[in-house]
Amino acid sequence: MDLNTLTANELIKKLDKKEITSRDILTSLEKRIKEVDSKVKAYVRVNDSNLLNSELITHNSELSLKGIPVSIKDNICTREYNTECCSKILEGFKPPYDATVIQKLKEAGAIILAAKTNMDEFAFGSSTENSCYGPTHNPWDLDTVTGGSSGGSAAAVASDEAIMALGSDTGGSIRQPASFCGVVGLKPTYGRVSRYGLIAFASSLDQIGPITKDVRDSAILMNVISGYDAYDSTSINIDVPDYTKSLESDIKGIRIAFPNEYFIEGLDKEVKAIVQEAINKLKSLGANYKSVSLPHTQYAIPVYYIVATAEASSNLARFDGVQYGFRAGGAKANLIDMYKKTRGEGFGQEAKRRIILGTFVLSHGYYDAYYLRALKVRTLIKQDFDKVFAELDCIVTPTSPTAAFKIGEKIKDPLKMYLSDIYTISANLAGIPAISIPCGFTKKGLPVGLQILAKPFNEEMLFKVAYAYEQNTPWHKMKPKIAV
Amino acid sequence: MYETVIGLEVHLHLKTKTKAFCGCSTEFGQEPNSQVCPVCLGFPGSLPVLNKVALDYAIKVALSLNCKVQEYTKFDRKNYFYPDLPKNYQISQYDLPISRNGFLNIDLDDKSKRIGITRVHLEEDAGKLIHQKESSLVDFNRAGIPLLEIVSEPDINSPQEAYEYLTILKSIIEYLDVSDCDMEKGSLRCDANISIRKKGAQELGVKTELKNMNSFKAVKEALSFEVERQTELLNKSKPIIQETRLWDAKELTTVSMRTKEEAQDYRYFPEPDLPPFIISKEKIEEIRKTIPELPKEKKQRFMQWVSASSANTLVSCKIDAELAERLLQSYSNKKLVADWLINVASSTANSLNCSIAQLGVKEEYYIEIFGYLDKELISNLTAKAVWDEVVKTKKSPSEIIKEKNLIQISDESSLEKNIEEVIEENPKSVEAFKSGKENAVMFLVGQVMKKTKGKANPKMVQEILKRRLTDA
Amino acid sequence: MAITKDTVKYVAHLARIDLKPKELEKLSQQLQEILGFIDKLKRVDIKEIAPTSHILPINNVLRDDKPGESLSSDKALENVPQRQGKFFSVPKVIE
Repeated sequence: MDLNTLTANELIKKLDKKEITSRDILTSLEKRIKEVDSKVKAYVRVNDSNLLNSELITHNSELSLKGIPVSIKDNICTREYNTECCSKILEGFKPPYDATVIQKLKEAGAIILAAKTNMDEFAFGSSTENSCYGPTHNPWDLDTVTGGSSGGSAAAVASDEAIMALGSDTGGSIRQPASFCGVVGLKPTYGRVSRYGLIAFASSLDQIGPITKDVRDSAILMNVISGYDAYDSTSINIDVPDYTKSLESDIKGIRIAFPNEYFIEGLDKEVKAIVQEAINKLKSLGANYKSVSLPHTQYAIPVYYIVATAEASSNLARFDGVQYGFRAGGAKANLIDMYKKTRGEGFGQEAKRRIILGTFVLSHGYYDAYYLRALKVRTLIKQDFDKVFAELDCIVTPTSPTAAFKIGEKIKDPLKMYLSDIYTISANLAGIPAISIPCGFTKKGLPVGLQILAKPFNEEMLFKVAYAYEQNTPWHKMKPKIAV
Repeated sequence: MYETVIGLEVHLHLKTKTKAFCGCSTEFGQEPNSQVCPVCLGFPGSLPVLNKVALDYAIKVALSLNCKVQEYTKFDRKNYFYPDLPKNYQISQYDLPISRNGFLNIDLDDKSKRIGITRVHLEEDAGKLIHQKESSLVDFNRAGIPLLEIVSEPDINSPQEAYEYLTILKSIIEYLDVSDCDMEKGSLRCDANISIRKKGAQELGVKTELKNMNSFKAVKEALSFEVERQTELLNKSKPIIQETRLWDAKELTTVSMRTKEEAQDYRYFPEPDLPPFIISKEKIEEIRKTIPELPKEKKQRFMQWVSASSANTLVSCKIDAELAERLLQSYSNKKLVADWLINVASSTANSLNCSIAQLGVKEEYYIEIFGYLDKELISNLTAKAVWDEVVKTKKSPSEIIKEKNLIQISDESSLEKNIEEVIEENPKSVEAFKSGKENAVMFLVGQVMKKTKGKANPKMVQEILKRRLTDA
Repeated sequence: MAITKDTVKYVAHLARIDLKPKELEKLSQQLQEILGFIDKLKRVDIKEIAPTSHILPINNVLRDDKPGESLSSDKALENVPQRQGKFFSVPKVIE
């Protein structure tokens, strides 16, 4: 049996019984990566990386993730390996420190994979096409996108090039690629997982989360990465439950809802039918279905593209060629030219577009009309969710209005691309947790994801419902066939 | 004709052990870029966490400047590109600073004047740039040190008032022990806005912003220069340009800093990485209790012993005021204590560029010197010589007096011979005195002092001389 | 609202980004489209609504004034494009 196809949970059992060693897992992963990654392109800088870095293998059997390799998105700082956000401007950047989640993974005995996973530059995108390394290809159809921005992590897990992975989610960047690639992706509550060491896109929206083969692995990884961090003022100091305890199949009496506003024009008929089916499944498992209203849904995307780009324009100001990364302009350039050339040549098109939009909405004379107004509407969006969660346990929606689209299909039309984030963005604006799990396939054989949302710090509810669904459906067991 | 309008912006390094948002040391003068970490370098992925003591110090200063501490305060990002600013934004405070609406009273000759304080807010300092011929070098050791910005109202009407304001402000900060206030090390910096207008005019004139003043004296000089420059422009009906000017301490002039004036657009917005701060009444009271006696109150108490102007001088430096207080309490001749500190000790301290307390003279040595003087065992002249020796050698005054045999000769019989000689040797002065020129006696006293190597009691010599010359 | 090419130029300067003429052209048009879409926010009644800049209901997050680990100057300068001794070096800053 190929170890790379197993879940972390299965591998941990084998490690416990001493049937295998972590080196065996790494060897099988390396073989698989050599086999398919030239087609999938889930990893970046794969040739520079020594995957079998034996120093990192831990044998301490007390640790929860002993010897399990974890793949890391290229925007999470790793002391040993470059972290470049798939951007030319961070070319060659090796952080002098580990992100808190990396430290936690190491403490739990995990092996940090040397190759990082591909992503849209600085997480700006929904297709992983905006990477300076080129797009990742969807293992289910190599001509389609993986979704994004954590497309590399999702594709690596889906193609068995990874056991489990970390992504980051600012507007759907974990859930949407998980949905497109047929794997499980979770965006935790804002403040649940430390952002220290996550190269910021939009500080008030970003969260790191797991991308895994099934719901149990998601809970296992969340157990390790969650919790208060004194280095992150926005991480919250409340106890973290053992999420694996929520993995029970009984969801009788749990109140679920599909918001009326989510029946939109762009919702693909096939996707709609598949999600409807999934909701029926949950009902048959004992969930009580209700219909609810989130009246400010239509404003989520505009609010998001103001708040996220404004914060990004400031967060990305530090990439200026002074301390690290790419510098343009030559030795004789004056300072302002150096800045402008470095940033003009170092950032890709989408990054420039968002920085300029974000700078504009904060600039003199426009702040109140755009930025301040967006913050106020954000309040209304949050209040919509507060009202709904006062009456029920979770909201179920499609993760994305469509299945994966063709590479190149939307890249020339940024607005169209932005609109595909309609179902995922609200969770970031409201700070609530959300999970995407596989819930079926289109006729063309592309995965469809079911999104479940719950109130803040109630990831347990997500795990409970997702696990019950998963136990009663075959989708998570399906594997893409990649011609070798 | 014209009225000067000045507002001052003071930046103060807070004396915390670590920086505002990370655990790096704030110590001055270390190897470049050795007190840095991912946070203060603004490395990708790093996040700020506010230093508790920095916030407490800020509140303490605000309360001491009679400001209203805000119940709800938050940080904002001030966005601009500059190579000493690691993130290309500064964590500062925009619309909800820690405190507002305070004031300071300054003493002018006989009257006291209230200068309003607009706001006191907390922010982070930038790094330091060293300019070379073709490049600039950056040291980020200073980046992230907590900085307090204290903005005055435009209530200051002369360079002298500005000087007084700064002196009192510095004195208060020193009493609070929250900053080194060392302009040379950059832990206190001052920028000024200055404009002039026709007396009685309602509207403010066009202002210039002055930077690069490295001492209070420089602030005063730069402001005086600007008053003259602006007055001349107005007299010639030439326009004053709103601009930033740098003080050139060598040429004693201000020069325009920017050739191309560019409107600043800082794009302030709430810092998403720092949740807001709620400062409770209890917290404010708790901090209020830690505020020590401030110069104003100390001055009031000193006035039971010495004159108002002496009290003012004695309290301005905190450690010297504490020394003065102990001496005033333990020695009965308060005037002598005050005069000695203000005239003798402070000039020694000034020449050595330190405070009186830093001279390190034991309090009992002061008391010894006061005793010798009060009992007229030594002259003022001898006392100063002894003091210099004490400062230099750290020996006790009595030891020095004994070693050098400096006790005054107050015994008439032992002075007799010297006085006789002086009368014989200076007939002209004797004549002058006899013909009514009283002052001539002082010359004769001086001659006796010379003969006795300063040891004679001058008062006694004068008495004897007068008696002898009138009797004869 | 309309965003002119001059505005985009000004904003790109604020953001210190060099735009080639073609980029400027394309970006102005795309931003115009995006802003047109964003403008639907004007329909929302936001009277008496407080802005949300922090989604978590927390405040007063502080740390003790205790020294933490610093980097050595060599570590700090490890990634620098141009260094001189223990300093970061940049094109001359002209004030």
